[in-house]
Amino acid sequence: MELFVNITLFTFLLVTALMIIRLRDLFAVVMLSGVFSLLSAGLFVALDAVDVAFTEAAVGAGITTVLFLGALRLTGAVEKPPRESQFVPLAVMTGLAAILIYGTMDMPPFGLAAAPIHLHVAPQYISGAETQIGIPNVVSAVLASYRGFDTLGETGVIFTAGIGVILLLRAGRHTRRQHKGDAA
Amino acid sequence: MIEFDFVLAHYNYWAAILLSTAGIYVVVSRGNLIKKIIGLNLFQVSVFMLYISMGKITGGTAPILTGKAEVFSNPLPHVLILTAIVVGVATTAIGLALAVRINEAYGSIEEDEILVMDRVLEQQDDHAQ
Amino acid sequence: MKQHLIVRIGAKLLIPPIMLIALYVQFHGDFGPGGGFQAGVIFAAALILYGLVFGSAELCRVAPPHIILKLMAAGWLIYIGAGFIGLGLGGGYLNYNVLSINPMTGQHLGIFLVELAVGITVASAMLVIYQCFAAHQRVEPADDEG
Repeated sequence: MELFVNITLFTFLLVTALMIIRLRDLFAVVMLSGVFSLLSAGLFVALDAVDVAFTEAAVGAGITTVLFLGALRLTGAVEKPPRESQFVPLAVMTGLAAILIYGTMDMPPFGLAAAPIHLHVAPQYISGAETQIGIPNVVSAVLASYRGFDTLGETGVIFTAGIGVILLLRAGRHTRRQHKGDAA
Repeated sequence: MIEFDFVLAHYNYWAAILLSTAGIYVVVSRGNLIKKIIGLNLFQVSVFMLYISMGKITGGTAPILTGKAEVFSNPLPHVLILTAIVVGVATTAIGLALAVRINEAYGSIEEDEILVMDRVLEQQDDHAQ
Repeated sequence: MKQHLIVRIGAKLLIPPIMLIALYVQFHGDFGPGGGFQAGVIFAAALILYGLVFGSAELCRVAPPHIILKLMAAGWLIYIGAGFIGLGLGGGYLNYNVLSINPMTGQHLGIFLVELAVGITVASAMLVIYQCFAAHQRVEPADDEG
């Protein structure tokens, strides 16, 4: 059953990605990228990552789509057809995909409990969440306590991005007002 | 001849790789800056899928302790990706803001048109000197 | 979109439950899926919906940008401060064990503080970004050079 869900979702995702590549109406492309995010949120639920699915559904299908629409309002919603031949990028990407797929040949099988990734710190986190921290949601425990420094930095990145957008979109307005003031 | 079991054990990784190359393809081949950012988003989400696939354990369940003895999927990729998603939307916003500003400065967000304008400006500078 | 009756009533019905869910996700994040990141985004989504339906001027009245901006900085400062409390009480930076006599209670308190800080920063950052895009007017390039 899990396998069936995974394969169906991946098929939908691939079709959505293909349409994103082909369509030139950016409004439709933005909507499709929202669909892509929602489908991937479904996939994350199937892969047991409920917290991630939650975030992806709220961020990818919600906020990102609104931001893209806001940017389209300020730029224009139709993409010009590509002038150059698409052969070179297509060939490079096929090669890249082939190399990466060759790289997965040595990876541990999907879902194997004895894979190296599950043997390092994860068991400590899972048992520690119960004995040291005492909260049931292991993801919250790791996020806020075991990896508090990570989260500190990431909150800083979000803060910096907010400041960056303010500087980019509000700075122009300010200088214009100053110019007007100078002229008067 | 590749065995069926081998495909079953790796199809998640392959699907994520195909999606991510589709994302980079959009970034490389399209000239429109907004479309490029959408491609970058596509790439980003596919990388998240790869990470989450690695954290999955067959027969496992979401890492929320219930008191019963259960197999839990690895919570570490979940933590990394959950923060990366929110950071991703913040950086996307920066990219979009830059695209908006470029559109104001050049009147276009098509890469080749911007390059042509830059070249014309450079030639004008050379003539002025 | 204020003139559309269905959109307006629908938004009015939806916004309070969305905010309530955001608070639930924030404070129940220790026990179920959720936490500061998700709660912040959902809370911002509620306010963005309000801005989309009733206009960005109305949103600026409800959530003044200068206050949101201060909240964005305050969230991160709470996080940094929570780290320094641990340092002051004799533990390491961001060590919550020392926040209370019982280490587990200390961890609860620390995680609560940190998640709250993350929630405040994420919500206000998303809101600030939306307000910037919504308030920005389309400028023609000729206008800029003149």
